[in-house]
Amino acid sequence: MSSSFRPIERRRVLRRIALGIGASWPIAALAQTAPKGRGVETKQIPSTGEALPVIGLGTWITFNVGNDRAAREGCADVMKAFFEAGGRMIDSSPMYGSSQPVVGQGLARLGPAARVFAADKVWTSSAARGPSQIEASRRHWNVARFDLLQVHNLLGWEEQLPLLFSMKQTGRLRYVGITTSEGRRHREIEDVMRRHPLDFVQLTYNLLDREAEQRILPLARERGIAVIANRPFREGALLRELQRHRLPAWAAEIDCASWAQVALKFIVSHPALTCAIPATGSVAHVRENMAAAIGRMPDAALRQRMAAHVDAL
Amino acid sequence: MTEWWTYRLSDFLMFSARTYRRLFELYNADVWPLPVLACIGAALWIGIAWRHRRVSAQPARVGLAVLAAAWLWVAWAFHFERYAMVNTAAPWFAAAFVLEALLLVAVAWAGLHGRTSLACGGRLGVGFGLLALAILGYPGLGVWLGRPLAQAEVFGIAPDPTAVGTLGMLLLTVSGRLSPARRRFIAAAWPIPLLWCGISGATLWTMDAPEAALLPALAGIAAAVAIGTRRSNDAA
Repeated sequence: MSSSFRPIERRRVLRRIALGIGASWPIAALAQTAPKGRGVETKQIPSTGEALPVIGLGTWITFNVGNDRAAREGCADVMKAFFEAGGRMIDSSPMYGSSQPVVGQGLARLGPAARVFAADKVWTSSAARGPSQIEASRRHWNVARFDLLQVHNLLGWEEQLPLLFSMKQTGRLRYVGITTSEGRRHREIEDVMRRHPLDFVQLTYNLLDREAEQRILPLARERGIAVIANRPFREGALLRELQRHRLPAWAAEIDCASWAQVALKFIVSHPALTCAIPATGSVAHVRENMAAAIGRMPDAALRQRMAAHVDAL
Repeated sequence: MTEWWTYRLSDFLMFSARTYRRLFELYNADVWPLPVLACIGAALWIGIAWRHRRVSAQPARVGLAVLAAAWLWVAWAFHFERYAMVNTAAPWFAAAFVLEALLLVAVAWAGLHGRTSLACGGRLGVGFGLLALAILGYPGLGVWLGRPLAQAEVFGIAPDPTAVGTLGMLLLTVSGRLSPARRRFIAAAWPIPLLWCGISGATLWTMDAPEAALLPALAGIAAAVAIGTRRSNDAA
């Protein structure tokens, strides 16, 4: 799988910063110091070779703000900061309440500045309802077509995958994927990965949830399937726990100034992983997350140390 | 849903606590001054019902009819128009609230007759207590917990105090002079408010809201009093 990191110029800038200030540098300062939108780490989507920034943006809970105009503006600000920092993939679902129209409103406000990689899902067991749900999602996003559509939590995958593959074949979709979360139905995921020409698989992978390392991530490499990691912070619970402890000294070795960046770099440095999609409704947090897409990444030995360290906490 | 046992309650929470609170703030602003009018009207009703408690169930009948309208209003204005934006289950909640409104109309129309008095003893006290808490206490609860008054949950406007007040009202509506058939009408109106207290309590619990246990506790008290005082009210 050709998903190795691409060389970046931003790394040098941040390395100097990190060496100078160690692990105590305020995140805001780090984010503000980083040049906007250039040089974020990318990985290639195996099926096409297209480069994708290793940090994306999830929308579960955080973008489900209903008709709250102020909150919608806040989400658009988050998207603006995300794109300015070089982000591209935004992931949503018809299951996420008002998240889709909120993303659409943000994209409309940002205009051409939003170089979005639009990732959404189909979430219905009804074969007949799939096309209309996808069309409704597309209208919410206000995009010409989705880059990636995934079968959400494998719901009705036997019915929905043929639809997605036919959309791809006719140019109405670029990539096809499936999703699961929190380790559910991994055997079935494996089975679908073996039998169908998927472009993407999305699953839960983070410092604590590492079951996918055993079979699914090696299989993804073998089959040339890009991997998206959801729940990188266990919906914040992992970070709340980690933040009770001091950042280890080795965090500075990989240019991390926060536990969030440690958690994200652990994920995206796995050779099979393509990107992680932390969800946030905070501009400061999206900048902090995007800063994890720059600087040095942990090697295999350090990744083992990172996992062992967190296991021991 | 496969592997349903692997899901936690928090997996079903689709929105943040902030979004939930803002929902009430924007809702109150949209329907202003209805929250204030509902508060004043309900408080006046409590006073009238208390004065006539030994004479007639007529105030309860009127109260039940107004309460039915409140359940319809909450179904449409809150669940369907607003909550459904952030919670995919809200249309189902709206349907349940409409059903409860119909049941309350049935209780008001056929479950009571004008010459019966309200319940007595502990049932009367707890019934009025729950109503007072729902009408007067609930708007202040959020403020006491440090939230802005603009986010107050008001009886007849928001679902939680409406459900609590309804349980209080149902406690008041049974006296010994009611026939078993009329009692069955009243019994049918209990499950939905009780269920709502459980559902909303669970939602608040997943959001780490400090008042999460209040609704299930009030529902438990109402149910316990209803069961425990059944015999004494039979004898009244």
